[in-house]
Amino acid sequence: MASSIRVRAIANSEITDVQTLIQHPMDSGFVRDENGAFIPAHFIQELTFEYDGRKVFVADWGTAVSKDPYVKFSFKGGNKGDDLKVSWIDNKGATDTATVKIQ
Amino acid sequence: MRSRSRLVLAVLAALALSAMQPSSAADRPNPAADAKAFRNYFTNKFPNVRFEDFVNGPYALNEDMRRQWEEKEQFPPYEFSLETGKEMFARRFKNGKTYADCFPNQGIGIRQNYPYFDEKEGKVITLELALNRCREINGETLISYTGEDMAALTAYMAFTSRGKPFDIKIPDDPRALQAYQNGKRYFYTRRGQLNFSCATCHVQNPGERMRAEVLAPALGILNALPIYRSEWGSMGTVSRRFTTCNSQIRGVPLEPQAEEYRDLEYYLSYVSNGLPISGPGARP
Amino acid sequence: MSSMSSKAHMRISLYLPVALLVMGGTASVRAASSDTDFKAAYAAAEAAEDEAGRLRNRWTVTEAALAEAKKAADKGDFDQATASAREAEALAKASIYQATSEKDAWKKLEIR
Repeated sequence: MASSIRVRAIANSEITDVQTLIQHPMDSGFVRDENGAFIPAHFIQELTFEYDGRKVFVADWGTAVSKDPYVKFSFKGGNKGDDLKVSWIDNKGATDTATVKIQ
Repeated sequence: MRSRSRLVLAVLAALALSAMQPSSAADRPNPAADAKAFRNYFTNKFPNVRFEDFVNGPYALNEDMRRQWEEKEQFPPYEFSLETGKEMFARRFKNGKTYADCFPNQGIGIRQNYPYFDEKEGKVITLELALNRCREINGETLISYTGEDMAALTAYMAFTSRGKPFDIKIPDDPRALQAYQNGKRYFYTRRGQLNFSCATCHVQNPGERMRAEVLAPALGILNALPIYRSEWGSMGTVSRRFTTCNSQIRGVPLEPQAEEYRDLEYYLSYVSNGLPISGPGARP
Repeated sequence: MSSMSSKAHMRISLYLPVALLVMGGTASVRAASSDTDFKAAYAAAEAAEDEAGRLRNRWTVTEAALAEAKKAADKGDFDQATASAREAEALAKASIYQATSEKDAWKKLEIR
């Protein structure tokens, strides 16, 4: 199945800029379906970016983050050609991970 | 629109009109003149906006929103829908045919020609209508005009036409002129308990705020469709936008692809001739 | 939430009867309504709404008032039901007025 994670990392002189778009319903648990029943909460709980064995960005998410979240951040360091690993785990225990080369 | 085709259209319109019953000057539609006045109204109102930029709606009129949008366009929210649309478009029907078999040029790079006036049937055909007809002819069930599948398909078709200018034709046929005129009338007619017309927001108040939204100008307003609207958290078609606009002003929406909506799309697309297709788009 | 620098206002002119009906609110309660009163009021409202439908100009609030009327009637509250039905009729009539007057009024908004 296709990955839920799109990620692009671009190294500038001393920092690396990272953008990512993740496909995930991020259901808050407060929305009702057409029959009036609540759609259960289903959201990413932890999102992690790892570079060179260390975590450069960790997000602890809850129900306030919208569907198909987009994240943009920068970290110090990072060389062109190195790997950047992205992974998430949601409240149902599902996970996904992607590794991309820094451009 | 190039001046020569404008002239041709004006001549054709004059010929068509002379063949009609005599009526007051105010009733004779002159689409070419309308389009020119329409364009001038917006370029005069927003002299600092580059002409092609009108297709970007609120982003052409609000710097802060534009900056955020340009950043997001590197990883646009419509990307998933676009990919789905590409796959759907290529998938064979049960009878072995594909959507490509229903459209000129295999359906690639043709979105800017829709809607068109079908002289055999005497009605306006939109892209969404054409897609469902393609399904019907090939023994498939129809899909919802306001749903995500139709949005994905039209997203892909719009994408293949990115940059191509709207090229809507009004043939030398009084029924086509009537459809155009009906669409124009719909656009300016007040409706719903809130008593708004499309023009109330998109002609009288583009760039102003309606609650937290910045209103788009009517010029080029269909060029970015279908759109991923953050408000919806999903992708939406022209049909979805028309019907939800109606209910937002407390008017009961007509059925998707109703004659009024198809004529409205015809009018709005025609007066945006020359502006590039920018879809699929993203809006707040 | 980004700040709004322009203090422009929406310039909308509302027809007076339409403006009054935007305020909403139910009709005042009079002497207790009966099942018959309700049926008559509802029939009148429905007829007006059908006409609005023929003009392709129904309002969501009219539909909501009709639904409210029916719901109240089902519960046996004919006062509320009749009041809602009368409101629905008034809304439907306003939407008919809107459709009729807009047949010419639309030209005033047209860009020329």
